[in-house]
Amino acid sequence: MTTTPQASLPAQTLTLNQRAAKVRRRLSNPWASGIAIVLAILWTLPTLGLLITSFRTQTDINASGWWTVFGKIFTGDANFTLENYDTALHGSTTNLAQFFVNSIVITLPSVVIPISIALLAAYAFAWIDFPGRDWLFVAVFALQVVPIQVTMIPLLRAYVSWGIGGSFWSVWLSHSIFALPLAIFLLHNFMKDIPRSLVEAATMDGAGHVKIFFRVVFPLMVPAIAAFGIFQFLWVWNDLLVALVFVGGRPDVAPLTVRVAELSGTRGGQWHLLSAGAFISMVVPLIVFVSLQRYFVRGLLAGSVKG
Amino acid sequence: MNWLTGGGEPAQKFLLMFLAIALFILIVGLILFLVDRPQNPKKWFLALGFLGLPVLGLGFGLVYPAIETIRNSFLNRDATKFVGLDNYVTAFTTPEFLVVLRNTAIWVLVVPIVATFIGLVYAVVVDRSRFEKFAKALIFLPMAISMVGASIIWGFVYAFRPVQGNIQQIGLLNQVLVWLGIPPQQFLINQPWNTFFLIVILIWIQTGFAMTLLSAAIKAIPDDIVEAARLDGLYGIGMFRYITVPSIRPTLVVVLTTIAITTLKVFDIVRTTTGGQFGTSVVANEFYRQSFVTLNTGLGAALAVLLFVLVIPIIWYNVRQLRLAEEVR
Repeated sequence: MTTTPQASLPAQTLTLNQRAAKVRRRLSNPWASGIAIVLAILWTLPTLGLLITSFRTQTDINASGWWTVFGKIFTGDANFTLENYDTALHGSTTNLAQFFVNSIVITLPSVVIPISIALLAAYAFAWIDFPGRDWLFVAVFALQVVPIQVTMIPLLRAYVSWGIGGSFWSVWLSHSIFALPLAIFLLHNFMKDIPRSLVEAATMDGAGHVKIFFRVVFPLMVPAIAAFGIFQFLWVWNDLLVALVFVGGRPDVAPLTVRVAELSGTRGGQWHLLSAGAFISMVVPLIVFVSLQRYFVRGLLAGSVKG
Repeated sequence: MNWLTGGGEPAQKFLLMFLAIALFILIVGLILFLVDRPQNPKKWFLALGFLGLPVLGLGFGLVYPAIETIRNSFLNRDATKFVGLDNYVTAFTTPEFLVVLRNTAIWVLVVPIVATFIGLVYAVVVDRSRFEKFAKALIFLPMAISMVGASIIWGFVYAFRPVQGNIQQIGLLNQVLVWLGIPPQQFLINQPWNTFFLIVILIWIQTGFAMTLLSAAIKAIPDDIVEAARLDGLYGIGMFRYITVPSIRPTLVVVLTTIAITTLKVFDIVRTTTGGQFGTSVVANEFYRQSFVTLNTGLGAALAVLLFVLVIPIIWYNVRQLRLAEEVR
């Protein structure tokens, strides 16, 4: 494929001087640098504004814009506080701490379960030569087309009739199932790149498929698992629709996104709560994302480019 | 036994979570143990062991509900009577829904094109510059944020204060207008432009995705092609137009179609900012409203099926382009 990120190889064939000249040319182009700086500022300012706001007092937020703090820092009049976060987390009307727990409880199984199942399925599609394999793989691949909206009402009815309506089980099940087509497809892409000789050698030694899966294939799949894991983690943690439909009415089960979206509707003007609430809901994915960005990019490239 | 299905104290929730994971490991372990028992297992037996759970899950969670929803879309609001195509007729003829369809079309056209364009330009201008990694991270970061969070971030940019006495604008965009001497606007309420201000939020999120993929594609353009074009006197815009864009065409198609599909199903942004009021609703939001607020399951199902049908040609085009690209090679 023409789009794999193999920048290092061709770059090495250039001499150092050529590369340096190239970089200089790039930077010396004022238009290019100008565009880059303007876009970078446009993309950062909105987040920065809300972040600063979340540390200002309620009176300050309503009296003046967040950009005025820069002037106030110089004159020594700037007031910063953690009170908004305290109110948002523990205040009786917001109580985001409880929803934070719900988000964690929803997310962990919804990441672990589909990845495990998809690994087994991807292994079967790659290494077990059973009748109807290609046909079944195409069917699973095609299921990526189904928008989750199409499944919601029948699923909700099924959960209610089983007595797990509005429970953690209903969200865990839904997220696990919705993730499967993409997970199986992605992991299969990585799985079929494992050299055939490795698997055949293990078969020669008399290892069964279960043993080969755990001893040979699984260790080689760790980067792929990390890539899809971050994907799925961000998707579940940031999801609003699935949570709203299946557990939206249960404050003891619903995740942060549901509560924060609700606050935005009912307390639209209370920016001290909204700003702190938004960052409480964003802090975990931001940390995960920044620390594991490399794997995420790899998953992104594998998922959408290999098609 | 109430805590098994409900919430309770945090400790109980965590216990339930570990119990669920343990139960899952137990089931998978048992299946694998059984699969591993026979000395020379049949292929279909192995396949059943490895694929039984996912096939069961997909059948129950995607295939069966999809069929059920298609059936529901031909039934009335509480699924008691067959009404033929009535729900679809409603969705395509009522003025209220025509606005929804128009908005969805605007979203699906504008977001992929603008996000891809900005992502491409940014990828080109920061390529091999000294701050490339940091510059990319800035654009990329919104991808980690939930659409709910992004909507609040931008809701604050759009915040409006009526002009009276000493009241200061606290939203950045309105302050910019004030600095320019223009009266502040209610960006999320004034039709028809409010839809465009909502669209900006999704562009802000998706540009990072476009940039990442396109940047990788640009780096994969062989250097000898670039050098040859240089010798022929191509620089700047010419290089971009005649070398960069044609070389990364397959990736461009993937990026455009992927963003288009995401856009088609956009729900969180509309729901969080306006709730679909002031003429900003889209199909995915209307699906939610009809299905779970007004409880018209027939119409809700028809809207879900509409989303389904609209996704198919985009994916078909995508797969076809990829095939073509591979044949060319």
